[in-house]
Amino acid sequence: MAKFIHDFKVVENLPVNKDYFVLYLECPIQLPPILPGQFVQVQVHSSPTTYLRRPISIYDVDRDKNQLLLLIKKVGNGTKALSSLKVGEYLNLVYPLGNSFSIPHSGRVLLIGGGVGIAPMLYLAKYLKTKNVEAHVLIGGKSTHDIIECDKYKPYCEVYITTDDGSLGEKGLVTQHSLFGEQIKFYDRVYVCGPNPMMIAVSKLVEKYNIPCEVSLENMMACGIGACLCCVAPTHEGNKTTCVEGPVFNSKDLKW
Amino acid sequence: MAALEVKIHDLILKNPVMTASGTYGYGLEFDDFYDVNRLGGILTKACTSKNRDGNAMPRMAETPSGMLNSVGLQNKGVDYFVEHIYPQIKKYNTHIIVNVSDSTIDGYKEVAEKLMPLEKITGIELNISCPNVKEGGMAFGTSCDTAAAVTKAVRGVYNKTIIVKLSPNVTDIVSIAKAVEAEGADALSVINTLMGMAINAETRRPVLAMVTGGLSGPAVKPVALRMVWQVSKAVDIPVIGLGGISNATDAIEFLLAGATAIQIGTANFVDPMVCIKVLEGINEYCDRHGVKDINELIGGLRY
Repeated sequence: MAKFIHDFKVVENLPVNKDYFVLYLECPIQLPPILPGQFVQVQVHSSPTTYLRRPISIYDVDRDKNQLLLLIKKVGNGTKALSSLKVGEYLNLVYPLGNSFSIPHSGRVLLIGGGVGIAPMLYLAKYLKTKNVEAHVLIGGKSTHDIIECDKYKPYCEVYITTDDGSLGEKGLVTQHSLFGEQIKFYDRVYVCGPNPMMIAVSKLVEKYNIPCEVSLENMMACGIGACLCCVAPTHEGNKTTCVEGPVFNSKDLKW
Repeated sequence: MAALEVKIHDLILKNPVMTASGTYGYGLEFDDFYDVNRLGGILTKACTSKNRDGNAMPRMAETPSGMLNSVGLQNKGVDYFVEHIYPQIKKYNTHIIVNVSDSTIDGYKEVAEKLMPLEKITGIELNISCPNVKEGGMAFGTSCDTAAAVTKAVRGVYNKTIIVKLSPNVTDIVSIAKAVEAEGADALSVINTLMGMAINAETRRPVLAMVTGGLSGPAVKPVALRMVWQVSKAVDIPVIGLGGISNATDAIEFLLAGATAIQIGTANFVDPMVCIKVLEGINEYCDRHGVKDINELIGGLRY
């Protein structure tokens, strides 16, 4: 897939709560094809401490308005600078980057997102709906505060929630959700994005049932286009770049 | 528009803008963004005699105005390069220079010998300055004797252009430059990364799996500029300047300091279009200053 570099206009910068916000970015050309699981490299202009671009998952694609949506958690200086972008300002993006989640032609799939790892799951759910695949989403977070815009999934899939403190949905980690009882066997594929320990725990569980599990990695990255080899992930076939050969990997291919 | 051609030994570059090894893949990664043939030359990712998996993760850390990397020369080896990568890049109509590294002198020779027959590879850059490998790399580039020995050995088997990439992690870069010049280096690349480290105070752990890494980006530019100035005054062969170049002004500064050409490295990560912007900016500078030929600027520092 061809990669592009463009200045996107900030159409909206919507705080979800004190930690999360959504950027609505208008593309200056007609948006090229974008697959679920792909990401963008965002240039942050602020200070010497935000020298490199930030890799950010594509949260949603609005073809009617020709917009890309990014769901971002304020973590460091880069994401904090992005959170203060004003409507009308421009943001330079290299996009669309990376491979994508594989899209089956039928069956039932489970999408699991932990914290800001939920970001690529909305566009995946939407995409699966167009392919007539039955999708369910399991969203996990520390508390209600980390369960972001769960209503947005409802047109596309059934929504399940866990929180560590039980403030929303079932109490516990995503792997402790009741879906991981008998029901897990009825899924044909599982997609996960979140902290590594969560992805490892989920993949170990579903691998027991021989269900293919795709995980989206968030390795530290410099170029985003396969030039520097900083972001590689060890696999059974050697090191692979998270930015080009990933970020989505079959869990069984990874050495973790 | 000024004449931009420069000469590195017997290589005529259409302009002085090249890419730094390890930051530009094999050029193919940038095909989507612009016509790579517009550049004076590209320097590929390092090539070693055998497959190298590179270092453990994490391999990078962002630092003020720059970054540390400890990729560790990950590549599939020279045979793979010849069979699988060369056929894809020989389409380029610009100089393709392969960065060569290894852990032994025989390894350097083996890679150089295997690259010798490749018509579109017009030169090699001997990497005796990678700070991220335990054996070889910088170990060769930090003493005059070993730097000279690698250069001499490769000179014996390779008769196209040999550029030697020097390490800044030495007390006297000029003596190393003279030592490799005496053994037949045709040009020098100055500088490779500066060895550094980063610590996460919260976890009290090093950020990089290898603890140390090579610092690059605008943070190193003043050091690089100083070394280009020192080396270019001391040797008779051309110097290619690199270290933190991010825009045309930076590039001009390196030319004034004595560089005949420049390489752009880490800035490619920040802006994939940077090489073209630098090229256009050099043109604009020449027009603004009434420079008819870029060669007027080389070593043209006024005191």
